[in-house]
Amino acid sequence: MTTTPPAPPKNRTLMRPATVTPTKKKSATWVPPVLVALGIIAIWYLVSYVVLDDKRRFLLPPPHEVFTEAFFQPDVFSDIMVALGRTAVVALVGLAIAMIIGIGWAIAMSQARWIERSTFPYAVILQCIPILALVPLIGFWFGFDYPARIIVCVMIALFPMVSNTLFGLQSVDKGQRELFQLQKASRWTVLTKLEFPAALPAIFAGMRISAGLAVVGAIVGDYFFRRGEPGLGSLISNYQSRVQSAELFAAIITASLFGVLIFILFGWLGKRVVGKWYDFSAS
Amino acid sequence: MSIATPPVAPTTTTDQLLHFDDVAMTFPNGTTALSGVSLTVNRGEFVTVVGPSGCGKSTLLRIASGLTPATEGTTQVDTSRIGYVFQDATLLPWRDVQSNVELLAELNGKPKKERQKTAKEAIDLVGLTGFEKHLPRTLSGGMKMRTSLARSLTLDPELFLFDEPFGALDEITRERLNDELIKLFTEQQFAGLFITHSVSEAVYLSTKVVVMSGRPGKIVDEFPVEFPFPRDPEIRFTAEFAELCGQVSHALREGHH
Ligand SMILES: Nc1ncnc2c1ncn2[C@@H]1O[C@H](COP(=O)(O)OP(=O)(O)OP(=O)(O)O)[C@@H](O)[C@H]1O
Ligand SMILES: [Mg+2]
Repeated sequence: MTTTPPAPPKNRTLMRPATVTPTKKKSATWVPPVLVALGIIAIWYLVSYVVLDDKRRFLLPPPHEVFTEAFFQPDVFSDIMVALGRTAVVALVGLAIAMIIGIGWAIAMSQARWIERSTFPYAVILQCIPILALVPLIGFWFGFDYPARIIVCVMIALFPMVSNTLFGLQSVDKGQRELFQLQKASRWTVLTKLEFPAALPAIFAGMRISAGLAVVGAIVGDYFFRRGEPGLGSLISNYQSRVQSAELFAAIITASLFGVLIFILFGWLGKRVVGKWYDFSAS
Repeated sequence: MSIATPPVAPTTTTDQLLHFDDVAMTFPNGTTALSGVSLTVNRGEFVTVVGPSGCGKSTLLRIASGLTPATEGTTQVDTSRIGYVFQDATLLPWRDVQSNVELLAELNGKPKKERQKTAKEAIDLVGLTGFEKHLPRTLSGGMKMRTSLARSLTLDPELFLFDEPFGALDEITRERLNDELIKLFTEQQFAGLFITHSVSEAVYLSTKVVVMSGRPGKIVDEFPVEFPFPRDPEIRFTAEFAELCGQVSHALREGHH
């Protein structure tokens, strides 16, 4: 790349290619996971048919039975889809709340050291306490329906939002800070024009992790409560107690696919918003 | 931005812009970075400071800019229009060239129309016209530095502080930027305080070279540079130039012990 003044427009096109997207073939990204999936299915069949005898095959029904006996059964399929809808509502609402609280909390901590010192330990504790043990309590306090499920979901999804946002806000380059300081910029200006934009890549990375956790959180509460309109959690719990293993696997696979889907969604969103100036693959 | 009639040599008006008097700096951890530094920068002067790494050169600029107060002595700055170019370009990666250059005016609450115009002029001065929409990651090191320079130019500084701005660039880019800096200096008529590790860069750019000793940094020698402005790149190959570089290098080595 030259440093000559760009007088002729020809030079300008020379400068262009720097919008680097390594031209790796698309296939390279999906081939390995597909191979892994095939491997898993092979092992799965092996265990179903070779390791387990007839009487114990219910422990791991072969993959095709998950389809023939669950996904392809209209009543089972519609049960799972309706439950997925409810779980999705809980997960997305929980995630939204976790994002608002997480970003707000992190901003408060970045603005005042005493807030960070006095409250950050609780963010860490929140992540360390076995939420499972608290789930029944939350049920007693908040009832066993949507609000309680959402609370469980928020508690599980919150930490990555808090810690990533805080990390992002604090990772601003010292020289850039001093640039603002030299112009006597106010705290608000520094926050909005420097710290927050600089934190966006970290915030999106946090969102991706929280999105996955939110799905787990939405299922966990429901799984334990087993009240109100059944989501995937209640459904899994029911299938489990009735030893309907094909249906159980179908529900679990649905939950994972949904988790993967919103993980990808937030990854894509992050790329859309900051991918132009931030290279996610570099970190 | 005032584009004064070029290229009148910035002659010796004795109008003082920056004055250090017996300045010393001891950090809270006990490191003494500077001791007994007295130095004046007048209007029309371009003073270059050379000194071994860690002697306190950056600290001196930070004191001049008000980022860090000195622990001893007095620092007098007689202008509010100070440009400061850091060693890193410190561009905001999410802003394109245009909006990076507008940043300082924006922070100072200038209306949009005005700052767009000032930024355009500054971008033009550093030869980046046509690159307004480029993001920093698509720029070469030299172009980033130009952007950083343009950003400071929007302040129309009377006093310009440079902390090894071209230290990370290759020789050819550095020499080209040196020439452009001289051009800006003669046209814009700011006073400069320039830090560098390169003796030849120091001699080429300045009206005076100041040599500092190792930590704690003290001024051990000063060399006026008499070559006329705007400087002819060819002076680099003259005997006088070599002679002066030799003297500065010698003083540097002496001061190191
Ligand atoms: N905030 C600080 N606290 C403690 N010591 C510091 C601080 N800032 C700088 N120093 C020390 O003061 C000395 C001078 O630092 P300074 O950055 O001014 O050196 P310099 O001459 O610019 O060096 P270089 O040529 O490597 O850039 C160094 O030894 C450095 O470690
Ligand atoms: Mg330095």
